[in-house]
Amino acid sequence: MNNGELKSKITELLPAATFDESGEWLNINIEPVDWLSFAGNLRNEDSLFFDYLFCLTCIDWKTHLTMVYHLSSTKFRHNIVVKSKLDREKPEIESVSHIWKTAIFHEREVYEMFGVNFLNHPDLRLLILPDGWEGKNPMRKDFEDPINMIKL
Amino acid sequence: MFRETEILQSGSQVLPSGQDLGGAGDLVINVGPQHPATHGVLHLVITLNGETIKKVEPHLGYIHRSIEKMCESLTYRQFIYVTSRMDYLSAHINNHACAMCVEKAMQIEVPERAQVIRVIMDELTRIASHELWWGAMAMDIGAFTPFFHAFREREKINEIMEETCGARLTMNYYVPGGLMADLHPDFQKKVKEFIELFKRKVDEYDELVTDNIIFINRMKGVGLISKEDAVSFGWSGPAARGSGVNCDIRKLYPYAVYDKVEFDEILETGCDSLARYMVRIREMKQSIRIIEQLIDNIPEGDFQAKTKAVLKLPKGEFYTRVETARGELGVYIVSEGATTPYRIKFRSPGFSNLSALDHMARGSKLGDLVAMMGTLDLVIPDIDR
Repeated sequence: MNNGELKSKITELLPAATFDESGEWLNINIEPVDWLSFAGNLRNEDSLFFDYLFCLTCIDWKTHLTMVYHLSSTKFRHNIVVKSKLDREKPEIESVSHIWKTAIFHEREVYEMFGVNFLNHPDLRLLILPDGWEGKNPMRKDFEDPINMIKL
Repeated sequence: MFRETEILQSGSQVLPSGQDLGGAGDLVINVGPQHPATHGVLHLVITLNGETIKKVEPHLGYIHRSIEKMCESLTYRQFIYVTSRMDYLSAHINNHACAMCVEKAMQIEVPERAQVIRVIMDELTRIASHELWWGAMAMDIGAFTPFFHAFREREKINEIMEETCGARLTMNYYVPGGLMADLHPDFQKKVKEFIELFKRKVDEYDELVTDNIIFINRMKGVGLISKEDAVSFGWSGPAARGSGVNCDIRKLYPYAVYDKVEFDEILETGCDSLARYMVRIREMKQSIRIIEQLIDNIPEGDFQAKTKAVLKLPKGEFYTRVETARGELGVYIVSEGATTPYRIKFRSPGFSNLSALDHMARGSKLGDLVAMMGTLDLVIPDIDR
């Protein structure tokens, strides 16, 4: 499906979604509360079939966090980017680890690096950072570590 | 190492999903972080019942350098070379991904000569990486000789790299817009010599290991993962192609001159360790095929496009992906129009591939774990970043 067809199909599924077509792929902005049901539709709808979550990450915009999901379909080879704005003080979004299993690790990484709380994640713990780093979130823009971080 | 003692003392562990892991007769053992079979500082906490694996839990971060955060204070010329230190066996290919992302954002046209040289270098890197994997994997299974055979041929590639790039592992040869320097005058001759040698050696590899009945018995039916699960776990590269997933980025989203050369995407349908092994062995032969088509056809001209000294990416988001020796590497740059990236994310293939280890290993024997990990071809700095 091309971007136009994807857009009309997705509007059908989630009328509240807004789009941005300035980049290479169709960007879809959604509210965090819509994510779980929308993700299930993206994966299971026969004409969309987004079965490959190839990148899951987060961006700290200082005023808010943005979750970014890059999705692809191994059957139709179309790609989309789903974005969702989170509150920086209490970032929360539903986990999609039961839909795309790769999210189990990726969400743990975002949890420790950005402090995003993934609701209903089966095993939300630190993955890369050692114990004792809970709540410090080194990838946030305001994180300072005068001992270990060298500013160039 | 406080984390290990904590796990050993905790005894019965109940997951939030309600699954009880610590029944009577269960044993928790640590493999790594300093263990020859993990090829780097990977730490696995394995719950065993007798010899049967009940759970494998990877503990990462022993070589975490926070490359993504580091890149936020490096310019677009500098950040490329940090990525040589992620997957150090695919250094050229990592640099290629980053250079391509900057070129795409700035709309820099890369000269044809640079494109061809890049592809030759990428494929040489792929062969070198697969050779190291082949030797190390055979050693994991218990054959010591292949390791020396593999390193003997890999040395030839390292010599070729050293002449042209000045380095053997972390080459740092690509710049946005082309290459840092032109080829060494002996490059073509040396590569041709290597191809002739390597064609004979690949068949020797097959005789030594691939057709060996002990080896096949160790690999067949081990580490099964279905096509659907491989996609769901975000697998890519030779590991996913062993389960029949079409995922070769060189074919799906061709970059550089991959659309102008003939090669096959290797697919196996065995879904086990043997299939993943066969994919890599056959891929080496395809890499040779690509190099053969290009080595006599390197166009004359500039090796670098003219670019500004200070690169400023326009505001926006840019994503490129390449096929490294391990799978799909994605580079995601978020730019605010400055000389340094606002946020950068490396989607590393090893991270996703490792995440399925627990799923694969459950229910199999401890001795098979090494055969599974060997065919995942894990490079730990690539996973930790």
